[in-house]
Amino acid sequence: MTAELLIFYFMAIMAVGGAVCVVLPPFGRNPLHAALALLVSFFFVAGIFVMLSAHLVAVLQILVYAGAVMVLFVFVVMLLNLKKDELKGARWTPWKVFGVGAGLVMFTKLALAVVVVTEGETPVNLAAEGFTGYGGIHDVGAALVTTYLLPFELTSILLLVAIIGAVLVARRQTGGAS
Amino acid sequence: MDLTFLLMTLLKIVLICFVFAMILGAILTWGERKLSAVVQDRIGPNRASILGVTALGLMHPIADMLKAFTKEDFVPAGANRFLFAMAPMLAMVPPLVVFAVVPFGPGPDFVIAPLDTGVLFIFAIGGMGIYGATLGGWSSNNSFALLGSLRAAAQMISYEVSMGLNLVGIFMIFGTVSLSNIVLGQGQLLWGWLPMWGIVVQPVAFILFMTASMAENKRAPFDLPEGESEILGYNLEYSSMRFALFFLSEFVEIVVIAAMAATLFFGGWQIPWVDPQGTAGGWITVGQVAAFVGKVVFLCWVQLIIRWTLPRFRYDQVMALGWKYLLPLSLLNIVATAVVLAML
Repeated sequence: MTAELLIFYFMAIMAVGGAVCVVLPPFGRNPLHAALALLVSFFFVAGIFVMLSAHLVAVLQILVYAGAVMVLFVFVVMLLNLKKDELKGARWTPWKVFGVGAGLVMFTKLALAVVVVTEGETPVNLAAEGFTGYGGIHDVGAALVTTYLLPFELTSILLLVAIIGAVLVARRQTGGAS
Repeated sequence: MDLTFLLMTLLKIVLICFVFAMILGAILTWGERKLSAVVQDRIGPNRASILGVTALGLMHPIADMLKAFTKEDFVPAGANRFLFAMAPMLAMVPPLVVFAVVPFGPGPDFVIAPLDTGVLFIFAIGGMGIYGATLGGWSSNNSFALLGSLRAAAQMISYEVSMGLNLVGIFMIFGTVSLSNIVLGQGQLLWGWLPMWGIVVQPVAFILFMTASMAENKRAPFDLPEGESEILGYNLEYSSMRFALFFLSEFVEIVVIAAMAATLFFGGWQIPWVDPQGTAGGWITVGQVAAFVGKVVFLCWVQLIIRWTLPRFRYDQVMALGWKYLLPLSLLNIVATAVVLAML
């Protein structure tokens, strides 16, 4: 077993373990602890990206998810500052059953896809093959604004819709109050 | 990945993070008090001495450190003990880690990790500093500390946006986000005589960047998360060395901001008109490293002067400045830079 494989297993276990801690007790009982467990998971996923030579994606993972999205989560959790008795115990609702089912289907599909694609393939050392800029900011950026321009722009429209929706929700509340 | 490489990297980490950043941060605590004394027509710290040597009050950081180490380490009742202990570390570590990509001199020997995602790495790791302030206030089980940490989270995330956008102009001009390559790009001459430093080609971005990063550092005139005169702030329940870590992390962040501004806007290790490629070696290289350190110290001094000159803002003014003035101005700066670059 090479050192690389050992590091990968460590990062993978920490990433999955962090994600599991988000929903399961004892961490899942406290919203802030759950948020921080998710943060740990983000960091180790970023580490796996680095091992895949995807440096830009790794940095963006930390910058966007750990640095911005999770900060807002933590901010909202702190703003509500729920006490233990205000947090209702975990109950099974139809939506939760549906969510777990959808998650399982998604997981099976992805796992099958990974198995099918990697079957019979041997690992390639990209650095030895001459892919020096692989995963770097220049190559990924160029791919985003040439080959994948349409998906890239569609994603920005999705974000724009979310922003407009947030503004609309906020405005409606102040309009009702005045 | 041989042993020499590992040892050299370790040596660089110790020299840059601990010797340079932390000692400069400690000296800045003295500089802050001495400078405030000069501004307010007082004498300032002059009592602490070792065997009668006061060295202009420079013994005070040592005295402070001893005091912080020997005071009682108090944890308030009802505090979340784990997060209460974690928060000062989360505040202290990110500003030290960002020094990994700052080039102190020409070539890969003077930087710990020459990443090609350099500036993005600084923002990614620097953004983690928010957790120290917010979790510190939340875990203290104190309403005032919680107010302080809510202010800290809102303020830091607001200013992070315009802080990052201000640098886009620099990226467009030099065509890279790698700090080493940006410094090399600043060795070029404009019209054959003017060094193409960031402050020459992006003067607006420099002012906006300094404003945003000082707000990011939560110091006066943006010290609302601490708000000494109203809520005492997110570190209100902290004592002894844990408080000292919060305190020192602010001063190390001053060094981080100065190092970033020196690298991106003041040519990094470049000495104007001398050896722009950094290949000369010998005493010129020593001079270039000294030039970088000198620029960093100068920019630290500028930040201290601003802190002791301006009165503090109200909280709504801080938010209005960030979202209604800095952000549109940064976006305008990007558009203007793009138009100029397209016409050239």
